[in-house]
Amino acid sequence: MEKAKKRHIREYLIEKWFLFLATISIIILGLIVVFLFKEGLPIFKTVSVGEFLFGQLWYPTDEPADFGILSIIVGSLVVTGISSMIAVPLGVLSAIYISEIAGPGVKEILKPVVELLAALPSVVIGFFGMVVMAPFFQKVFNIPTGLNIVNASLMLAMMAVPTISSLTEDAIHAVRRELREASLALGATQWETISRVIVPASLSGICTAIILGMSRAIGETMVVLMVAGGAATIPESIFDSVRPMPASIAAEMAETPFRSDHYHALFAIGIVLFITTFLFNLIADYISQKYKQVGTATL
Amino acid sequence: MESRKKRKLIEGMAFGVIRLSTVIICLALAIMLGFILVNGYKAINWTFLTEPPMDAMTKGGIFPAIVGTFYLTLGAITIAFPLGVASAIYLSEYAREGKMVRLIRIGINNLAGVPSVVFGLFGLGLFVVFLGFGSSILSGSLTLGFLILPVIIGASEEALKAVPQTYREASLALGGTRWQTIYRVVLPAALPGILTGSILGIGRAAGETAPIMFTAAAFYTTKLPSSVFDEVMALPYHIYVLATAGTHIDETRHLQYGTALVLIAFVLGINLVAIIIRTRIRRKQTY
Repeated sequence: MEKAKKRHIREYLIEKWFLFLATISIIILGLIVVFLFKEGLPIFKTVSVGEFLFGQLWYPTDEPADFGILSIIVGSLVVTGISSMIAVPLGVLSAIYISEIAGPGVKEILKPVVELLAALPSVVIGFFGMVVMAPFFQKVFNIPTGLNIVNASLMLAMMAVPTISSLTEDAIHAVRRELREASLALGATQWETISRVIVPASLSGICTAIILGMSRAIGETMVVLMVAGGAATIPESIFDSVRPMPASIAAEMAETPFRSDHYHALFAIGIVLFITTFLFNLIADYISQKYKQVGTATL
Repeated sequence: MESRKKRKLIEGMAFGVIRLSTVIICLALAIMLGFILVNGYKAINWTFLTEPPMDAMTKGGIFPAIVGTFYLTLGAITIAFPLGVASAIYLSEYAREGKMVRLIRIGINNLAGVPSVVFGLFGLGLFVVFLGFGSSILSGSLTLGFLILPVIIGASEEALKAVPQTYREASLALGGTRWQTIYRVVLPAALPGILTGSILGIGRAAGETAPIMFTAAAFYTTKLPSSVFDEVMALPYHIYVLATAGTHIDETRHLQYGTALVLIAFVLGINLVAIIIRTRIRRKQTY
């Protein structure tokens, strides 16, 4: 039958067309890699990879210029670390509250609250950190500037909390009801059930949530650009200014001559940033695949 | 064995800490919104919304920035919507779990995790320089569109998966082909969910700053764009510029708050709409 054959071919072509469109994400990811490396690698004709990553001096516009990004990497690590210390407990505990303790009415208010926090544009959070938190810190701690590590970490935490909270909630939600009921039936209190049954059962999901939250904090740009202070030096106290990777790129790209060494160096920072978040995402993906929560037998 | 009383006490303390964390998050949101609302509403009037900035951006309004953000967002969703929905259709309707699907999913997850400033670099390298679009609405829209692609894919796939299998079986049993089933049965049923996801994507695109800094945003222009190759002002970038780069940072504080309020009202408004639609769908969903 000719018609059936035609129809079959058409269906086949449609499926392949959709397959092609679905690969667009991989294609874009590939293009991101290509263009980052294309514009970033030329800097390594001027400095070696080791000098670039571990050099402590970042004076990209001096003659001769210094392209060492160690202080910039340290800046990123410090604000990400401190913001995680704030965001992880807040995110995980709020998720526990929303999914295990809150009544249905409270839940319906809290979930949108977390979503709205996630939706707040980063520039607005950065702005708030600049005009409200910075003067506040300056006054309270009597320090020269409120644009510092503490302030940036706090604002970054506000960006990471919704990610951690909503992903943790998904993980907890996936825990089977039987586990909960069995624990309660054995006489455990609700807290014992949460801490010894539900959290262990959803641990892989919670880890994924934390990693993705931290990944978000590392890559977040506007907050660190506006609030971290911008000093490209290795900090000695939490009230020092730093210049994390995204802030360096965003602040300097506008002023640098096209395809100068400085321009290539900024793309190279982009490569470091991209590889860092890429690794975080791969680890998160690996954990969630390897320790997939399936059924009651996985505990 | 610990006494029941002691165990209850521990529970009480633990719940206290948990409640406190939740309260802190709510307070943080309330304080941030409160400050911007209280300081921003005074700046907002008809002139502010309909006039360009004047006197070296110390007076006047933000009209060009509103228009710019509108165009950029519209462009981004025009690019991301078809690609995102198509990807979701493949993943939900055609794909069988295997290496290819695994690869696609890793691609999507990693794309979602790419820092926004790296998207900016990518847009600069590919659209602005390599393809020669310059700093323009087109470059900015493409960059933002790729940035929100994972959001659209995620929401669309969830919406498609929520359509009960019986719908598909009924259509196939009536002799419908795979494509007819998707096009006439599954898509219409999933449409509200897909639209909700797209609305969230719009909100995200409107609020992003770093991706448009090197690809589309102009520091200052009173001229409204006449083609997709024009640079535009944009609300998020305008806030950044006023707050950090002006010579009159303190005098323009009210304008900064005002711009932030307009942006927040737009982004949160969009999100609220999406949340409300979604709640309605979930209530209505009897399957």
